[in-house]
Amino acid sequence: MRDVAIIGVSQTKFGELWDDSFRDLITDAGLGAIKDAGIEGGDLEAMYVGNMSAGLFVQQEHIASLIADHAGLTPIPCARIEAACASGGLALRNGIMAVASGFHDIVISAGVEKMTDVVDPTPAIATASDQEWEAQQGVTFPSLYAMMARRHMHEFGTTREQMAMVSVINHKNATKNPRAQYPMEVSIDQVMNSTMVADPLRLLDCSPISDGAAAAILCPAEDAKKYTDTPIYVKASAQSSGSLALHDRKKITTIDATVNAARKAFQMADMTPKNIDMVEVHDCFSINGILAIEDIGFVEKGKGGQAIEDGMTQLDGEIPVNPSGGLKARGHPLGATGIAQAAEIVWQLRGEAGKRQINNAEVGMTHNIGGTGGTAAVHILSK
Amino acid sequence: MSDTVRAWRHIPQRYNLIGSKCAQCGTVFFPSRIICPECRRKGQLEDINLSGKGKIYTYSVITTPTEEFKEIAPYVVAIVQLEEGAKVTTQIVDCNSDDVQIGDEVEMVFRRIREEGNDGVISYGFKFKLKK
Repeated sequence: MRDVAIIGVSQTKFGELWDDSFRDLITDAGLGAIKDAGIEGGDLEAMYVGNMSAGLFVQQEHIASLIADHAGLTPIPCARIEAACASGGLALRNGIMAVASGFHDIVISAGVEKMTDVVDPTPAIATASDQEWEAQQGVTFPSLYAMMARRHMHEFGTTREQMAMVSVINHKNATKNPRAQYPMEVSIDQVMNSTMVADPLRLLDCSPISDGAAAAILCPAEDAKKYTDTPIYVKASAQSSGSLALHDRKKITTIDATVNAARKAFQMADMTPKNIDMVEVHDCFSINGILAIEDIGFVEKGKGGQAIEDGMTQLDGEIPVNPSGGLKARGHPLGATGIAQAAEIVWQLRGEAGKRQINNAEVGMTHNIGGTGGTAAVHILSK
Repeated sequence: MSDTVRAWRHIPQRYNLIGSKCAQCGTVFFPSRIICPECRRKGQLEDINLSGKGKIYTYSVITTPTEEFKEIAPYVVAIVQLEEGAKVTTQIVDCNSDDVQIGDEVEMVFRRIREEGNDGVISYGFKFKLKK
C-alpha cells in the first residue's frame, strides 16, 4: 500500500446560495482544488463525489456523469458515494484507497449538497434515519439527537448550558472563517432561548440547511513534493458502520461507529488521542459535539459536557475542536462536510488558516458521521 | 412511492407488535430481522408476539414537525424499552408532554399513524400511552 498526500483543497462559501446551482457549486470547488494543487484537470485520473441526496434535494440522480461532464473531465471514471451526512468522508476515503492501492495516481475527492432548492428539506434529511421504523412514526431527525441528548443528561448530568456552549464556541470560531455560513457570535442565552425544535434541542443547537461544495486532490506521498512545498499526509483513513436505527443500539449515549472508526484510525497511524493537535468533529447537533470528544477518546465517557464548560475545546484550549466553526456555524451541506473538514485541517497544517490559525499544529483529525451513527469516517492528517 | 403497500406489508408488526426472537441467543428484535447480528448463520429467528408493555428509555417533544405531522404538533416521541428487551421508536399519546419522564411505564395502543394525501389510504399502527 502506498502512502497518500493531499496536495490541493478548496471549499465554496457555505450558505443559502440562491445564485448557484448544484453543478455550479461542485464545479467551483473542483476547479479551486485543481488550482490549489497546481495541476491541470487533465492530470486527474478519477473522481469520487460525496452526496447524500441529489435525488430528493434537486431531483437529479446520476450525478457522477453530470459532474464529470460539467467539469469537462469526461471520460475519466467518476463515482458518487452516499452515506448520508458522512458521504464526504467516504468520498475522501475512497479516493485515498484508490491512490494507496496504486489503481490511480492523481484523484479528486469532492462533496456537494444543494439543499435550498426544496421548500422543506426535513423529509429528505429524515431519510438518513430508518424510514420505515423511525421517520414514519413521526420522528424527525433532530428529535433522534434530542433523544440522545436527553439520555446523556439523564445518565451523566450533562446540562443544557454545556450543550449550548458547543454552539457558542463554534460560532465564535466561525467569525474568523470567511467561508462560514454564520460568522457571528451567539451567547448561551441566545441558544437557550432560541425556538424549540425537538426538546431539549433548540434551533441554535442544530446545524443549518446549507448549500456548498468542497474538494481535495490526492496523489502518492512520494510524488507530492513535485506539486507543492506543503503536502499534507494521510496518516489514517478509517470507517465503521453501525445500526441504522437508534433504537437498535445497546446504548445511545455512545456512537459505536465513532468509537470503532477512531480506534482503527489511531491504530493505523500508531497514535493516541494525545498526538492530535486539533479536530474537526461532526457537531450536527450540539450534543454530538459532546459525544464525539468522548467517543474519540479525548475525555472519558460522560465528561464531555464538563470538558466543554472548562474550555478544553476552544481555539486556545487543550484540544481545539472545530476551528472552522463546525457544522453548526460553518454550515452543513451534507455531502460536502467530510471534505470541508479535511480542507480545514489542511489549511491549519499549512499555516493558511488566517485569524483562526492554531499555532504549532502538526497533526489534525476529522470525524464525519452519517445519520445517527450508522456510518462514521475518521481521518488523521499530518504535516 | 406507495405508502399503502409499505404499510400493508407490515400489518402484523404494526398492528400486533410481532417481532422476532433468536432461538440461539434469546435476543428479541423489533422490527423483525432476517439475521441475528450476534449469531449470524447459526441464529434461528422465530416470530414472537410482544406484550406491548415497557418503559420510556428516552423521549423528545417535537415542536417542529414535518408537514404530514403538523396537525398533531407538539407531540411526544420516545424510544420504549419493551419488557422482552427490544427497543421501539414510537409516539406517546394521551398525555401532557410535561408528564413524561424517563422510566415511566407505558403500554401499546392502536392508533391512526398517517394518511396518504387527502384521497389515499389511512395507515394504522402502534403508539404508546402512559400506564396509570
